[in-house]
Amino acid sequence: MGTAELIWNGVAAFLVLCIYSFLYKDNPFYKFAEHLVVGVSAGYFAMILYYNAFLPKLIHPLLAGQWWYIIPGILGLLMWARFSRKYQWLSRPTLGFVIGSGAGVAIPLYLQNYVIRQVHATMLPVGFTSWPLITNLLIIIMVFCSLTYFYFSKQHKGAFGAAATFGIWTLMIGFGAGFGMTVMGRVALLAERVVFLRDYFAELLSALF
Amino acid sequence: MSFYERMMNLDRRWVYLVIGVVVVVTAIWSFAVPMYVTPEARSVYDFVDGLVPGEVLMIGVDYAPEVMAELHPMTYAITRQCFAKDAKLLLCCLHQNGPGMVEQVIAQVAEEYDKVNGIDYVYLGYKPYPAITILAMGQNFRIPFPEDYYGTPLDSLPMMRNMTNFDNVKAIINISGGSGTEYWINYANGRYNAKLAIGVTGVMTADYYPFLQSGQIFGLIGGMKGAAEYEYLAEKAGYISREKDQLWASKSMPIQTTTHIVIILFIVIGNVGYFMSKRKK
Repeated sequence: MGTAELIWNGVAAFLVLCIYSFLYKDNPFYKFAEHLVVGVSAGYFAMILYYNAFLPKLIHPLLAGQWWYIIPGILGLLMWARFSRKYQWLSRPTLGFVIGSGAGVAIPLYLQNYVIRQVHATMLPVGFTSWPLITNLLIIIMVFCSLTYFYFSKQHKGAFGAAATFGIWTLMIGFGAGFGMTVMGRVALLAERVVFLRDYFAELLSALF
Repeated sequence: MSFYERMMNLDRRWVYLVIGVVVVVTAIWSFAVPMYVTPEARSVYDFVDGLVPGEVLMIGVDYAPEVMAELHPMTYAITRQCFAKDAKLLLCCLHQNGPGMVEQVIAQVAEEYDKVNGIDYVYLGYKPYPAITILAMGQNFRIPFPEDYYGTPLDSLPMMRNMTNFDNVKAIINISGGSGTEYWINYANGRYNAKLAIGVTGVMTADYYPFLQSGQIFGLIGGMKGAAEYEYLAEKAGYISREKDQLWASKSMPIQTTTHIVIILFIVIGNVGYFMSKRKK
């Protein structure tokens, strides 16, 4: 590791420790690092957007004589009217265009991919002769019982209540899996930073002594 | 406050301190963790391994530095495996803070394998609005990306000459730390029937298993564990090497193991406290 890399990694190590200092309590070091992250991210995003969307998708076509690009340009400009109480109504055509086109594209596909194909995935052959057939049966029972829990037009009593209770257990298993994976994700971030700090301080010590 | 009540109301800073000590100790005195490879991670690995020279794999890199720990090892391992197989790579980024992630990986791995931009790989760059960008790529890559990330027109890149849309790629692997995956499933697979696999953060993994079961995705690499599984397979085949420090996720797995044990112990302590204090009442 060269001197420059050592210095920059030192800055990174200092900022990591600043962020983790929040675990004890809020402090100016944490605030500094937090604001730095927000500022750098916002600045980076603004520049990326400017060079990857604003210039090639609006300015360059306009300069090339494709005048019709002025229409999305004006629609975009109207969005700034949101900041004025008096003129915020001007942004409605833009919002209407975005919501209308977005909904038109998204709704049929979401219905197809998030509802119909998922329902289709529960239409499975079942039986007791092999393990896959048994698990298919379990999937169907668990989906049915989970949906039962969300049926509120009938009191959860008797057989219906038992199905709803089994549905809650099914949901709990799902939440448990989600929680376990979330812990893994958070620990992964910590582990990577600790490995980074370990490697950095090892390099620093070997460079100094 | 009784002993059992204290067990339930432990100051969170004690939890942080114990976890911190365990993590640091494990980082210093590491050990080998036995690896079990899940079928969903293996199916992605097997697919990439089955690519023949010249075939194109597309990777959608939709994450920012905050989830590098989990997702960067996946991108590195897949890119190395792909280049080792002499397959071609098409990369794009639909996350605003992600373009640098792709550049870091591709610059390093292309140099390792002596691969040339425009011939062996193309980096399309970043465009906002993932849904519209994916829908447009499904028609023609040139609609959202007339030029690559470095400003070269796509038509002048040899690799792109015979490539129009998703029909010309063998599969898409989306590596995402946010809602990007949803768009790829909904638009690339749902609208264009593109063959899709995903690599996601641990937090997201459980949400995407239904899509694996429904066949909308053919593989799933879940979080750091999934990345470590992939690295394990790639190392066994000789695509990556421990000596060259190319196993990133695997390095952190001992910490995962010990930290999870500590968290389980804290959950047990909390529950014992709850049930015992309830019994006393």
